[in-house]
Amino acid sequence: MSDPNWQPRIVAFFCNWCTYTAADLAGVSRLKYAPNVRVIRLMCSGRVDPQFILDALAKGADGVLIGGCHLGDCHYVEGNYKTVRRFQMLQRLLRDMGIEDQRVRLEWISASEGERVKTVINDMVEQVRALGPLNLPQQRKDWDREMAHPAEPAGEGQLAGQRAEPEAAHA
Amino acid sequence: MPDKPKIGFYWCASCGGCEEAVVDFAEDILGVVEAVDIVFWPVAMDFKKKQVEALPDKSIVATLLNGAIRTSEQEEMARMLRRKSQYLIAYGACAQLGGIPSLANQFPREQLLRYVYEEAPTVVNEAKTRPQTSSRNNGHTMTLPEFRNVVRTLDQVVEVDFYIPGCPPTPKITKAAIVALLEGKLPPKGSVLAPDVALCEQCPRKASKPADLSFTQFKRPHQVVIDPNLCMLAQGVVCIGPATRGGCEAACPAGNMPCTGCFGPTSRVQDQGAKILSSLCANIAAKEEKEIPGILAGIPDPVGAFYRYGLGKSMLRRKAGLPSETVKETP
Amino acid sequence: MNPEATKVWNQASSGAVAAAQAERRRVTIDPITRLEGHGKIDIFLDDQGDVECAYLQVPELRGFEVFSIGRPAEEMPQITSRICGVCPTAHHMAATKALDDLYQVEPPPAARKIRELVYNTFMLEDHALHVYILGGPDFIVGPQAPPEQRNVVGVVQKVGVEVGKKVISMRRRLRELIAYFGGKVIHPVLGLPGGVSKGLKPEDLPPFKALAKDGLDFALFTLQVFKDIVLKNPDYVKLITSDAYTHRTYYMGLVDERNRSNFYDGLVRVVDATGKEYAKFPARQYRDFVAEHVEPWSYVKFCYLKPLGWHGFEEGPQSSVYAVAPLARLNVTDGMATPQAQKAYEEFFNTLGGKPVHHTLANHWARVVEMIYAAERIVELINDPEITSTNLRVIPSAKPSVGIGVVEAPRGTLYHHFETDAEGLITKANLIVATQNNAARIAMSVEKAAKGLIKKGNVSEGLLNMVEMAFRAYDPCFGCATHALPGHLPLSVSIYNRQRKLLRQLLQPA
Repeated sequence: MSDPNWQPRIVAFFCNWCTYTAADLAGVSRLKYAPNVRVIRLMCSGRVDPQFILDALAKGADGVLIGGCHLGDCHYVEGNYKTVRRFQMLQRLLRDMGIEDQRVRLEWISASEGERVKTVINDMVEQVRALGPLNLPQQRKDWDREMAHPAEPAGEGQLAGQRAEPEAAHA
Repeated sequence: MPDKPKIGFYWCASCGGCEEAVVDFAEDILGVVEAVDIVFWPVAMDFKKKQVEALPDKSIVATLLNGAIRTSEQEEMARMLRRKSQYLIAYGACAQLGGIPSLANQFPREQLLRYVYEEAPTVVNEAKTRPQTSSRNNGHTMTLPEFRNVVRTLDQVVEVDFYIPGCPPTPKITKAAIVALLEGKLPPKGSVLAPDVALCEQCPRKASKPADLSFTQFKRPHQVVIDPNLCMLAQGVVCIGPATRGGCEAACPAGNMPCTGCFGPTSRVQDQGAKILSSLCANIAAKEEKEIPGILAGIPDPVGAFYRYGLGKSMLRRKAGLPSETVKETP
Repeated sequence: MNPEATKVWNQASSGAVAAAQAERRRVTIDPITRLEGHGKIDIFLDDQGDVECAYLQVPELRGFEVFSIGRPAEEMPQITSRICGVCPTAHHMAATKALDDLYQVEPPPAARKIRELVYNTFMLEDHALHVYILGGPDFIVGPQAPPEQRNVVGVVQKVGVEVGKKVISMRRRLRELIAYFGGKVIHPVLGLPGGVSKGLKPEDLPPFKALAKDGLDFALFTLQVFKDIVLKNPDYVKLITSDAYTHRTYYMGLVDERNRSNFYDGLVRVVDATGKEYAKFPARQYRDFVAEHVEPWSYVKFCYLKPLGWHGFEEGPQSSVYAVAPLARLNVTDGMATPQAQKAYEEFFNTLGGKPVHHTLANHWARVVEMIYAAERIVELINDPEITSTNLRVIPSAKPSVGIGVVEAPRGTLYHHFETDAEGLITKANLIVATQNNAARIAMSVEKAAKGLIKKGNVSEGLLNMVEMAFRAYDPCFGCATHALPGHLPLSVSIYNRQRKLLRQLLQPA
C-alpha cells in the first residue's frame, strides 16, 4: 500500500555557529543536494531536547538529523558533549521501540564544511528512502481502527498535565 | 434535604491497587461515606450496571476510573461513565499514563498469546488450543471479550477532566482531590491533582543532591548498598525523581530505594522518559565519545527505566511497525 | 433437486436442527462480586431445569511474562507486584526469592527475618481483608441476605461499629509496618537479591512490639467471632459440610524442614485425597510436577499434576486436580509451628472429622487459623534481638542465568521463574500464580454447587449467591490468575428459554 510519490521527510536541528553556517555556505556555493530536509536553527546542538526528536517522529518525520560543532569546538564549551551522550542513549531507546538507527543521525559539521552538509544530507535521504516511510500518524490511525469509535482529536492531543482544548464536550 | 453528591469508583485494566488505595483511607473512609453517596465501588460494594445506565446523564458528580483500557467492554464502560458523570477523573498511573501494563505495547499481541498458551515452560498444549472470543463446548457457546492490540490511557478513549497520579495514588492526594471536588475548588480542566513540583522538592535527601551531576557510572540497586541519607543520584543510582511530579513525599526513597517515576511528569514536561534520559545522560563524566557506551551500559533497559509507567502516554506510545489486525470471530 | 444440492441441503438442515437442539436454558452470573479480578459464570440448564453443566470463565489476560522480557531482573519484584494491588507483597517476595536463586546468594539472617516479618504481617492483614470484607460477609451476614447487606457495611451492622473500627484500625497499623520497610504498602520496594533495602532502627521498635501483641489478640478475637457467628449456627455448619461444596482432590502447600506450614520458605509438599504424601520438592523442580492446561472458553489456564496427566475437571482416583490456599495448607502440614495456631489447627480437624478436610467452605475457617499463626510469628520475629541488625545485604557476584522462587501467597502457592542473559536482563519469565493452581477445582466447585442447588429451573438470587460462594471461598485473585492483560467484564445473569427469549434478568451486585 506504499505511495509511489512518497518522498522522505527529514527534520534537521542545526547549531547556529557551525552546522547552520555550513549549510549557509553550501547555499552560497550553489551546492545542489536533496530537498527533503527541513532545517530548524538552534544556538547549540546541546539545545536539542530528546522531546524534539520524538515529537518530530510522532508528527510524521521519516528521519531526524542533528548537526553540531566538532567536540572541543562548541561555542558554549560543553553543549555538544551533552548532545552526543544523550544521542547514544536515545538511539538505544529508539532501537527498542522499533525505529531504525539510520533514521536519527548525529553529525559534527563545522562552519567551513559546506560540502559535508551536502554529502551527509544526500546520504541520509537515500538511507531513509531505502527504509521507507515511518509515518507514525498513519500507524496510529491504523491502530485506532480496532476501537469501536476512534479517539476524538481532543483525546489524542491531550497530554497528561496539559490543559484540554476547549472543544465541544464529548457526548 | 439535598441529595448527597454521587461519587463512583470503577476499574478497567487494573491490578486493584487503586481500589486498595481508597480502602487505605482506613478510619477516614467513614467521613467520606458520610459526605457522599457512593453509587458504585466494585471491589467492596454491590452495584448494578443497569442502575448506573438508568441514571440521568451528568448526574454523577465524579467518577474516579482506574486502570488502562484494553478491551471493548472497558471502552464501552468508559464511554458510559463519561456520559453519566460531570467529572471523569483518571485515577492512578494506568488510567493517566498506561501504567506498567502499557509495557506490553512493546510487543505484538500474538507474541503474548503464543507464549502464554503454547510456549511457557509449564504449558502442555499439543493441540495449540487458544482462548476464543466465541467457542462451543458440549453444544454451548461461550464468549470472551476481545482485547485490543494496543494498551490505551483513558484520555485516548474519552475526554478526561482531571488526573490523580500515582501507582497507586496516596490516600493524602486522593482525599485532597475529593475535598476540592466537593467544595467546588477545582483547577482548570485537564489538570493533574497533585503538586506541580519535581519530586526532589519533597525528598528528605534533597540537601545532598549534587549541584553539578557527573556520573562516572550508573549503579544498579542490587550492586550497591544504598546509603539511606544521601541523594540517590549522588550515589550513582538511577532515580527518576527529577523528572517526576511530587505528591507521594518520596515514598520509595523512604524505603531506601530510588524513585521509578510513577507519578508521571510535571505540567512543564510532555514526555517524561525523554526528559529523564536527557537529564541523566547529559551529565555523565565521559569526555571522549568512546567512553560513553561503557557508562551508559549501567542503564541496560532504557524503555523499562524511563517509561516504566508511561509508555502508553509517551510520544511514541507503541513500538513502531507492530501489527494491529482486528480479531476475527471464530465461526 | 440434484444430488449435490440435496447433500448440501441435508447438511445445512441437520446442522440447524443440532443447533436448535443444543439450545438450552442458560443462566449467567455476571459479574461475580466481592473478589479481586473479574469473572463470569455460565450455567446451562437441561430440559427439566436441572443443571447440565457450568463454566467459570475468567475474561482477563495481561502479559507480564512477555513484557518482562528485556527488563533487569532486579526490577522484577516491583514489576510483578503490579500483577495485583491486593497481594503485591506476595509477588514482591516470590520475585525477590527468585533473585536470590538467580544470583546464588543467601540474605544475611537479619534480612531474612525482616522479610519474614513483613510477609507474615501482610498475610495477617490480607486474610483479615478477606474474612471481614470480601468472602466473610457471606457468613457473617448470611448467604441468603439481600445483596445490599452482603458487604462490609452489613458486617459492621452485624458485629457492631466498635468491632468494625477495630478491624479497620488493625489493618491500618499492620499496613503501616509494611510501609515502614517497603516505602509504601501497595507495591513495596524492599526486596533485593541477597537482602532487603532497609532495616529497623531500635528507637522504632516499641510501637511495633505493641502492634504484634495487638495483632495476636485480634487474630484470636477473629476466631471467636467466627465460632460465635458461623460454627454455632447449625445451618452454616450444614452448608459447610454439604456435598455440594465438597471435592476430593490433591492439596499443595509449603512446609519447613519439620513438615510444618511456612508462608515464606520451604519445600513444596503435595498430599493426595487420603492425606498421604504424594510429592515433596524444592522450587527448582516445580516443572516436573506442575503443568498448565488450556481451554478455549477461559483466559485463565488450569494447573494439574504433570506426572498424572490431565484428566479433565474430575475428582476421584484418576484426577490430577489439586488445590492450594488455607484449607490445602492445613491438609498438607503435619502441624503448626506456633502454639495457639496449633491449638486452633487441632480444633479445626477434630470438629470436621479428621484430615484431610475436603469441604471448600472450610477455607474460611482455615484462613482464621492461619491468621493466628501469622500473628504469632510476628510476635516471635519482632522480639528477636537480631531484628534491628544493620547487616542486611550480600552483594551478588555470581553470573545470573536461572532463578526460581516460591512463597505461599494468601491464596496459595506462588511460583516465579526467571531466566536472564549474562547482564541479568530477563530473557524468559514463567509465573504460576496462586489462583491458577486452584482454577480447575474452582471450576468444578462452581459446577457442583450449581448442580446441587439449582433444581427444576428454580433460580433465585440467593441461590446464585450460594453458587458464587463456592468460588469465593477460594478467595480467588483473578487479576493474579491471568497475569495477562487487564480486562474487566461486568457480570449479569440472564436466563433464556429454548427459543432464546429472555425470561428473567438478575443483576448480581458487582
